[in-house]
Amino acid sequence: MARLPVTEEELIELYGPHLNEAPPGGWDADVEIDKVVKTHCCFCGQQCGIKLKVHDNAVVGFEPWYEFPFNEGKLCPKGVKRYLQGNHPDRLMHPMERDETAPGGFRRISWDQALDRVVSEIKRIQAAYGDDSFAMLSGVSITNEKSYLVGKFARLALHTANLDYNGRYCMVSAGVGNKKALGIDRASNSWADIPLADVVWVAGTNIAETFPITTSYIWRARDRGAKLIAQDPRIVPLARTADLYLPVRPGTDSALFGAVLHELIRRDLLDHDFIEQHTLHFDEAAAAVADMTPAWASDITGVPAARIEEAAEIWGTAATGMLLHARGIEQHTKGVDNVLAAINLGLATGKFGKPGCGVTTITGQGNGQGGREHGHKCNQLPGNRDITNPEHRKVVAEAWGCDESEIPGAGVPAVEMIEQIHAGRIKGLLSICFNPLVSSPDANFTREALDKLEFYAVIDFFLSETGQHANIVLPGSLQEEDEGTTTSGEGRIIKINAAVEPPGEARRDWEILLDIAQRLGKGHYFPYENTEQIFEELCRASTGSSADYTGATWKRIEDEFGLFWPVPEVGHPGTPRLYEGGKFNFPDGRARFHGVPFKPSADVVDDEYPILLTSGRVVSQYLSGTQTRRIAALVKQYPEPLCEMHPRLAESLGIADGDIVVVTSRRGSMKVPAHVVNTIRPDTVFIPYHWAGKQSVNQLTIRAVDPYSQMPEFKVAAVRVEKATGHTSIEDTRDMELKEGAS
Amino acid sequence: MKLAHYGLGEMPVFVVDQSRCIGCEACVQACAECGTHRGRSLIHLDRIDRATTTQTAPMVCMHCVDPTCAEVCPADAIKQTEAGVVQSSLKPRCIGCSNCVLACPFGVPKYVAEFDQMMKCDMCQDRTSEGYAPMCASVCPSEALWYGTKDEFRERRTGALIREYRFGSQQVRTKVYTVIDDMAEGPIDVVTGQQRSWLDDPFGLEEAET
Repeated sequence: MARLPVTEEELIELYGPHLNEAPPGGWDADVEIDKVVKTHCCFCGQQCGIKLKVHDNAVVGFEPWYEFPFNEGKLCPKGVKRYLQGNHPDRLMHPMERDETAPGGFRRISWDQALDRVVSEIKRIQAAYGDDSFAMLSGVSITNEKSYLVGKFARLALHTANLDYNGRYCMVSAGVGNKKALGIDRASNSWADIPLADVVWVAGTNIAETFPITTSYIWRARDRGAKLIAQDPRIVPLARTADLYLPVRPGTDSALFGAVLHELIRRDLLDHDFIEQHTLHFDEAAAAVADMTPAWASDITGVPAARIEEAAEIWGTAATGMLLHARGIEQHTKGVDNVLAAINLGLATGKFGKPGCGVTTITGQGNGQGGREHGHKCNQLPGNRDITNPEHRKVVAEAWGCDESEIPGAGVPAVEMIEQIHAGRIKGLLSICFNPLVSSPDANFTREALDKLEFYAVIDFFLSETGQHANIVLPGSLQEEDEGTTTSGEGRIIKINAAVEPPGEARRDWEILLDIAQRLGKGHYFPYENTEQIFEELCRASTGSSADYTGATWKRIEDEFGLFWPVPEVGHPGTPRLYEGGKFNFPDGRARFHGVPFKPSADVVDDEYPILLTSGRVVSQYLSGTQTRRIAALVKQYPEPLCEMHPRLAESLGIADGDIVVVTSRRGSMKVPAHVVNTIRPDTVFIPYHWAGKQSVNQLTIRAVDPYSQMPEFKVAAVRVEKATGHTSIEDTRDMELKEGAS
Repeated sequence: MKLAHYGLGEMPVFVVDQSRCIGCEACVQACAECGTHRGRSLIHLDRIDRATTTQTAPMVCMHCVDPTCAEVCPADAIKQTEAGVVQSSLKPRCIGCSNCVLACPFGVPKYVAEFDQMMKCDMCQDRTSEGYAPMCASVCPSEALWYGTKDEFRERRTGALIREYRFGSQQVRTKVYTVIDDMAEGPIDVVTGQQRSWLDDPFGLEEAET
């Protein structure tokens, strides 16, 4: 059973999160810099260039990398302090086995012991319950090489269909929408197009806090006179300066986009030539919005009708324009619908394949783009190929040197995987760089599921909250301890360079996977001596696919400050802008409009749960916080989750700023300080999600997913909010203990 | 593309455009990484009034041509470099009286008890003297803090650069520039001159009630 070996408090005491305050030797240490390594930030999808200063196999500081063209030295606070994740007291330094009698719940074992145990458990579970009863979960903080390797490892070494990745919680709705409408799952443009746009429309993306460097691109457009439209339930820092603010109610973006399309049609602000020559199914899209008047949409979305009309006017009359969207419209049960509705606006006005034109997602995770191309999604093979497509399977089998029949079929996506673990159908799990206990919806359910695993092995550099449940802990590598590539949100393949060696007995992730494969008798499929060889195979496997890396080499990537895929042949210059000349990636070259009717969210407000809860990020923390909750300066900036609410709502509930409130959904409840600010809709509260346990907003979120992308609906939950005073004694440490005792 | 490195004679300037600040604190975190005062940030980032706005304002030392802090220093502990950079107090001279803290029209100097002296932004002399941008302006994601030549500013950005301020009867000229929209329009009439915008009723609440 993969239950916590000791209490959470004991685990935290030994494995953290503890705070790293200063570089090795302290702030005043006068160290000689042995070398300066040009690489990239380990955090978000922008993958800013950075120079790491190294002394005695430790990263001791950073220097801006002015020459890297994407960010020209710019960094957000996470990038500035990212180096403090190294030399960390919490760093996992040797393999460990769960042991209830050991201090902290784990005892040190050798690599041989650890790997033998992992392999014997894989064999035992698969023999007893079938191959697919052992699953793997991966993350997209890892390089392209490792993403590709994980995909191949799960299929050929573990021989399980059940592999999925944490991009399931991030970019999948955009990926599905892009493929359906445009044929390629990649940002339509490099960021160099943003400053060329006459209108920049940011929909459901808190750019200033989650993609801070992108702010400068938007200001460059505005310095040329571009208008900025901001669509968000909160007046986030960039929205504050917008020309037009659309205060959309969570879960209603497709109604807003629909009404804008309705207006574009009514006022004939369409690009008829583009629609005629480069698209299909405009009539279906038009029919779906025939009744979506601004007045109708105003009721649904809470955005004044006049502002919807103004958005249509600005977008429809601008010669060029970029619509940038992120998780705000994507993390919904209609995330794909929202993306398709946004793309409809670009197609209707001919805003694709030209300078300053595009509708594009802003990829969230570090290698969120590359990580979703090389085959570690449950239904995907390298080159963004389809694991159920016989042609695709044949091509990949050839690249892998295996028989096509050896490649398992489609597995289940992340949320369903947790449900299958909970239901007892999946019995064993191997995970790498994924902290689903914090990042999955309905956290209490996830915890119950983890407790039921017969065996769980984790590869990670810190013991995450999920890792605390492991039977075997394998210490892997930090980003700066290994070499490879990632592909940034722009579709730019970039080079990650190793600055230091893994400390202690920690090993590079790919070496660990190769060792497990070897012990499973599948070593012949993984004959790599280094990650460059994995990259070369990855490129070959991508030839002819919609994510074609054929002409990419590590050398070119470094020499040219990155390469934009597709790079379909040797010497190809790369493709910063997709769909040039209105050529989309379908046999007929035409983009697809989609009819998008409005559908309500899964969790509905009623008298008992009358308030909308939406979740998201803050600038100083990153995703499940495994790294950023361990860096003192970042924790100090935003130490704990707060519940943002409008003064009108606060007043109606008798709540003052700083009061502790209890927020309760149909799944669970949490206590959190109120942050009363008039920068959020009065019917909505916001809580950021970077924290674990009782501070996790995902105790409240719903396990409902998009039917096409299987993206959970993190952005809408129905809740009630009460002042905690008077509840403190009733709420329920007692009740919690009872539950724990019973399970 | 902006220059990474400025040679002699190019005379880059430091520019603050508060309106572009996104409050991310990259400047605060990066300032603490600067070689001469590692672990201690000397830039100020003010939250204007978080209850009503996300507006924040970064404040570096404006490096006055005739620095008030130096004028009021009874110990003559605050010096300017030849390049016009106003420095932290000279430790042997500083008596910790905090006159400078009280007198600075921009609220920049801070008395640091741990070192018993006044410390403030020195515009990353170690960097600027070598032709590199100060740490804060290097990392600032929104270019609210910016370092470059005036030509680069004109090429890339809108707004006029100003460096003359009046505080009551005191006229102050600074080395650091700030940005205003358009000089020609003159002072903003805050009573009648404001254009109505969505900011007056961001969520359409008044509209819904009428």
